[in-house]
Amino acid sequence: MENLSWTGATGPFLVPVITIAAVVLAVAVAGRILVSLAAWATGTAAQTASGPVLMARPRGLGRTLDLVAQVAIGLILLAILLIALAGFILPVQSKGIIGWATLRFWPVWAALIVTFTLSIRFKRRLGLYGKLMDSPVGMVGLGIVLFWVFTAIFASAIITQDPLGQLSGMKNVMPGSVVKNPTEGAFAWYLFGGDHLARDVFSRMVMGAQRVLQIAPAATVFAFMVGVTLGLPAGYFGGKLDTLLSFLANLVLAFPVILLFYLLVTPEMVQTGIPMYFAAVLFLFPVIFFAVLFNSRFKTNPPRRNLYVGVTLLLGLWAYTGLAFNADPIRYLIGRPIFSMDPNMLNVFVSVVFVNSPGVFRIVRGLVMDIKARDYVAAGQTRGESPWYIMLWEILPNARGPLIVDFCLRIGYTTILLGTLGFFGLGVSPESPDWGSTINAGRKLLSMFPHPAVVPAVALMSLVLGLNLLADGLREESLKD
Amino acid sequence: MLIFVLRRIGVMILTALVLTFVVFYLTNLPPNLEKLAKSEASARMTDAQVDSWLASNGFAQSTLVRYGEWLGVLPGWTGTTADGKATGRCLNRIPAGQTPPSYCGVLQGNWGWSTVFKQPVSEVLARSLGHTGWLMLWVMIVMVPTSLILGVLSGMREGSRTDRVLSTFAIATTATPEYVSGVIFIALFASATAGISPWLNEMGWIEGKTLFQGTATSAMNGLTFWNFGLPVMTIALYGIGYIARMTRASMTEVMTQQYIRTARLKGVPFRTVVMKHALRNALIAPFTVIMLQFPWLLNGVVIVETLFNYKGFGWTLVQAAGNNDINMLLACSVVAVFVVLVTQLISDIGYVFLNPRIRLA
Repeated sequence: MENLSWTGATGPFLVPVITIAAVVLAVAVAGRILVSLAAWATGTAAQTASGPVLMARPRGLGRTLDLVAQVAIGLILLAILLIALAGFILPVQSKGIIGWATLRFWPVWAALIVTFTLSIRFKRRLGLYGKLMDSPVGMVGLGIVLFWVFTAIFASAIITQDPLGQLSGMKNVMPGSVVKNPTEGAFAWYLFGGDHLARDVFSRMVMGAQRVLQIAPAATVFAFMVGVTLGLPAGYFGGKLDTLLSFLANLVLAFPVILLFYLLVTPEMVQTGIPMYFAAVLFLFPVIFFAVLFNSRFKTNPPRRNLYVGVTLLLGLWAYTGLAFNADPIRYLIGRPIFSMDPNMLNVFVSVVFVNSPGVFRIVRGLVMDIKARDYVAAGQTRGESPWYIMLWEILPNARGPLIVDFCLRIGYTTILLGTLGFFGLGVSPESPDWGSTINAGRKLLSMFPHPAVVPAVALMSLVLGLNLLADGLREESLKD
Repeated sequence: MLIFVLRRIGVMILTALVLTFVVFYLTNLPPNLEKLAKSEASARMTDAQVDSWLASNGFAQSTLVRYGEWLGVLPGWTGTTADGKATGRCLNRIPAGQTPPSYCGVLQGNWGWSTVFKQPVSEVLARSLGHTGWLMLWVMIVMVPTSLILGVLSGMREGSRTDRVLSTFAIATTATPEYVSGVIFIALFASATAGISPWLNEMGWIEGKTLFQGTATSAMNGLTFWNFGLPVMTIALYGIGYIARMTRASMTEVMTQQYIRTARLKGVPFRTVVMKHALRNALIAPFTVIMLQFPWLLNGVVIVETLFNYKGFGWTLVQAAGNNDINMLLACSVVAVFVVLVTQLISDIGYVFLNPRIRLA
C-alpha cells in the first residue's frame, strides 16, 4: 500500500489539460476585460438597447474571447469530472484522493440524482419548489445544500475511519497517507490527512456536517417561531406594545454577538441555570404559536378546535418539559426520556435562538405593517374576523415569499454563528467534530499543516454559499409571481 | 431635526444603561465571582474563604448597588481588612496623602482595574483601541471603494455577464465568514508548506519562507503590507460582498428610473449617464449600509485579531471574557455598544442629509 496522489492514475493525462485550459482561461478573461475597457473608453459600448436598461452585445474580438473562455471552463470541468468518475472505475491502487472521496460519497450522489430527476419531472406540480428548477442559480444552491443534507443523513456509511479514533503515527499526516499497521478490513488511507491528534480529517468533516445540520435548521425554526409570534402583534396592533418589543429587539441587536456568546455560553452559566430560564421562555413560543393558529381557525367549530388545540398543547407541552427542563414525564414510565437535551447543547441552542429572533421579529413586523394596509385585511376586519385570524391566516401566508428567502439566509447565518462558537471553543466538547471547533483546533498549526483547518473551512463555506444561492434563486422565482 | 437627534440620544443612553447592566449582572453571577475569587486569591479556597474574600473586596452588596458604584452614582464601598487596614473601591491605588473621593465610577472617569492585564482598564483600552483603529482604517480604505466600484459596475447593466460574475463573487464572499477566509488566506499565502509561498520561494522571488506573514503581531510595532495585508483582506472581504450587493440593488433601481431613460433618449453617452445622472443617487443607500456595517466589523475584528494574534480591541475582549475580567469586559461592552449606537445615529442623520426627498420637521 502506498500513499495516494490527488488524481491517481488519471493525473498524468488530465492535470496538463487543466493547467493549459486554466492559462487559456486567464488570458481570455484578461483580454475580454481589456476589450470592454477599450469599448467603454471610446464610448462604443451599449449601443443596442434590449430589456429594461441598456445591454451590451459583445461583437468581434470580445465575442471570440468569450467563446474561448467558455470552452476553457468546459474543459476544466470535464477533466475534474473525469478524475472524480475514475474513482468508480479504476482498480483500488490507481484511484486518487478525489476519486476515492467521490466514491465514498456514492449514497449522496444516488440520492441527489433521484431527488433532481423527480423534481424536474414533476416541477409543474410542486409550486415554488418546482419553479426553483427553472433557475440555474437556485438549482446549484439546492444541489449544494442537499449534498450536505444527504451527507449528514448517510454520514455513517460515508466515513472511512472512526472520527474520534486516534491511530498511531498519523499525526498531521498529509492527505492520502496510508494508515500504518492497518487492522484487517479497515480503510487503508487517511483521505484528507490527519489532524493534530492523529484523527481522520475526512471522517470528521463528514460527521461535522451531521452536527451542524442537526442544530442550525432547528435553531432557525425556533427563532422564526419567536420572531413571528412577537412580530405579528407588534406590526398589527402597533402602539405601546410595538414600542416596547422594538426597544427590546434593538437592545439585543445592539449587543455584539461575540460578547453575548462569551457571557452566555460558559460552564458557569450552565451552573446558574440561566439557559433553562431562557429555554423556558423561548421554547414556549412554538406552543403558543400553534395553539393560537388552530384556535383562531376553528373557533367556530368547537369540537375540532378542542381536538387540534388539545393535541397541540399535549404534544407541545410534553416536548417543552422535556427540552427546557429535562423533565420529560415519560421518563417516569419507561425509564428514559423521549425529549431531552444535553445542558451544554441547550445552552448553545438557546443562545443562537436568542441572537437570531430579533432579526426575524424586525422583518415580520415590517412585512405586517406593509400588508395590513391592503384591502383584503380591511375586508376581513369588516367581516368581524378576530385579529389573530387575520394575522395568522391572512397576513402571514401573504408574507411567505420574503420569509422563506430570509429563512434560507438565516440558516446560513446560524451555521456561521455556530462556527463562531466552535472557533472560540465555547459550549462544545473538544472531541466534537463540528466544523467550527475543528477549524479552531487546526489553526494553531495552520502555517505548517493547513489541511486539518482548510477542509472544514471549505465545507462550511460551501454549505453557506449553497444556502445563499438557494435564497437568491427563491427570491428570483418568487418575484416572478 | 434637533428634537429627533435629542430623542435618539435619549434612547441611546437608555440602551447603553440597560446593556451595561445586563453585562454587569451576567459577569457578577455567583459562579463567576467564585471563579474570580479563586483566580485572584488562591485556587484551593473553601466556600467560606471565598465568601469572606468576596465580602472583604466589596462584592457582598447587591448587584444593583455595585452597578451604581461602578457607574459612579453611588459612593464606593469601604471596609477594613482582617489586619485593620482600610480598604475601599476608591482607596485602591490612590497616591499616599491624598484624600480619596467618595464616588469613583465611570462617570468620574475611573474605569477600574483590569485583573487580567494588571493595569488600569483605561490604559489597556486606549492602547488596544489604538491598534484596532489602524486595522479599521485600512479595512475601510480597502473595503469601501472596492465594494462601491463592484456594486456600481454590476448594477450598471443588470443581467450582463459582468453583473453575473460580480454578483457570484459577492454572494461567495458573504458566504465566507472571517474565520474561514482567514484560514484559507493563511494556507494560500502564509504557509511554508502549502499554497503559493513554497513555489515563489523556489523561483527565488521572495526572500523569506512565506509571501505574507501569518501573524500580525509585528504590525503593532510597524505596519507593513506583508504583515497587515492578510488581516485587512480577511475583514474587508466579508463586508465587500454585502455592501456591493446593496450598491448593486440601489444602482439597478436608479437605472430603471425615468430620468435615466430620458437622458439616454436625448442622446447622452452611457458613460455620462452613469457618472453624472445615476451615481449620486445610487450612493445614498450604500452610505447607510456602510454605517450599519460597523457592528459587523466589530465581530470580524474579534475573530481576526484572535486568528492573527493582533493585540487590539477584539483580542482584549476575548482575553477579558475568557478570564472573567469584570471591569475590562464592562469597558469593552461600553465601547462596543457606543460604536453600534453612534453609527446608527450617524446613518440616520446622514440619510436625511443625503436624500433630498426626506425632510424632518
